[in-house]
Amino acid sequence: MTNTNIEAPEKCEDRSKLNRELAQMLKGGVIMDVTTPEQARIAEDAGACAVMALERIPADIRAAGGVSRMSDPAMIRSIQEAVSIPVMAKCRIGHFAEAQILEAIDIDYIDESEVLSPADDVFHIDKTKFKVPFVCGAKDLGEALRRIAEGASMIRTKGEPGTGDIVQAVRHMRKMNQGIARICALREDELYEEAKQLEVPLDLVRQVWKDHRLPVVNFAAGGIATPADAALMMQLGAEGVFVGSGIFKSGDPAKRAAAIVQATTNYADARLIAKLSENLGPAMVGINEDEIKLLMAQRGE
Amino acid sequence: MRRIGVLALHGAFIEHEHALSDLGAQAFEIRERGDLDRSFDGLVLPSGESTVQGKLLCDLGIMEPLRALIKGGMPVLATCAGLILLAGSIDGDQARWIATLPSTVRRNAYGRQLGSFHAEADYEGIGVVPMTFIRAPCIVKAGKGAKVAATVDGRIVAVECGRQMALAFHPELDQDRRIHERFLALAA
Repeated sequence: MTNTNIEAPEKCEDRSKLNRELAQMLKGGVIMDVTTPEQARIAEDAGACAVMALERIPADIRAAGGVSRMSDPAMIRSIQEAVSIPVMAKCRIGHFAEAQILEAIDIDYIDESEVLSPADDVFHIDKTKFKVPFVCGAKDLGEALRRIAEGASMIRTKGEPGTGDIVQAVRHMRKMNQGIARICALREDELYEEAKQLEVPLDLVRQVWKDHRLPVVNFAAGGIATPADAALMMQLGAEGVFVGSGIFKSGDPAKRAAAIVQATTNYADARLIAKLSENLGPAMVGINEDEIKLLMAQRGE
Repeated sequence: MRRIGVLALHGAFIEHEHALSDLGAQAFEIRERGDLDRSFDGLVLPSGESTVQGKLLCDLGIMEPLRALIKGGMPVLATCAGLILLAGSIDGDQARWIATLPSTVRRNAYGRQLGSFHAEADYEGIGVVPMTFIRAPCIVKAGKGAKVAATVDGRIVAVECGRQMALAFHPELDQDRRIHERFLALAA
């Protein structure tokens, strides 16, 4: 066995492909919010493909109010030690120093998240300067392509976190699909104007036009609380789901988590999902969109 | 035309389907027990998280029939998580899944995502191929009957045993189709 040539993946541009590819490995899976090593183990045993380590789940962040920041690195480390699956963590929008800290503790994915209080009301993080991958939220195609231009390796909908209300995630996923369908219906000479309208780089518009899809993996996030919610989002075109408050704010987290995992895999099998939905105990209570004062999805456009 | 069943519970299975159809094979997805009743010539165990795939294999009742198929000589191409599912033992881990491959693997052998990398190395019988490693495992011991097919930096990254091909890397992520070609030849 000769001719071995390992390319040291030190340069950031070399990492962008590897980082998009890690998101490809997560497809068809469920990423679960956890706040303790015990919850992380429950999530892994239930079939989570990754966990999001955070101090408070979105429902509690919403209830507590105040400024919400990156979690304690010691807490994130305790979760990294507890499980073998990828561990993600959130930093504030625009807070590149928090992102540097997360990279320094060898995190698998950073979520530059509207769930935390934004640190910058104009600029997002220049994610091309990092070796670790980033996932960012997006309400529509323009927002998604702006985040990808900044270096995001994965996109998720920006459904209203901590509400247990699926309506915004559905809205964002439909808008994303409509935006992609619109580009695909254009003539090539119309792409310049479309890039201008969307306020995104032309090469990304061209890529969507060619591939008929986003250049990176797209998950659903925000408000998913039941196996049926997961199946709905997958049928609308999500490539996997994030479940935040929906699991550990419910009556029987382990059972609900496992049911959501199976429903995400076999999202078109209504008979199976009917069975999975039986006797799950109470779902998280939830808040309706018009009952909340703070719309987190509006943070960072 | 060769028909290949691709385990489609989670992970990068569509990428394998594209590679197979590029080579003129017909791929279909295995999502439940009933999908195994179809007749087919080969099986792909794709990349993803092995804990997720293993759990779903058990929950959906597919584990036992899959193991029986592979023991009966069904050709298999297993990549990354698929390698872990196939391995007879996992270093430092009690878990055993399909366990038809007489080899020991180590999960996350290169660490977390910052340890992911791309390489080019010899694959026995093919030549130099691109190899993408994402939070990859490696093979710490190729057991009796398992032939080492590739090494990178002194670590075993591919073994073949009978009609089982097991790889720590991701041929489905690169455009080189020679690994899939070799698998389809096994499935002929």
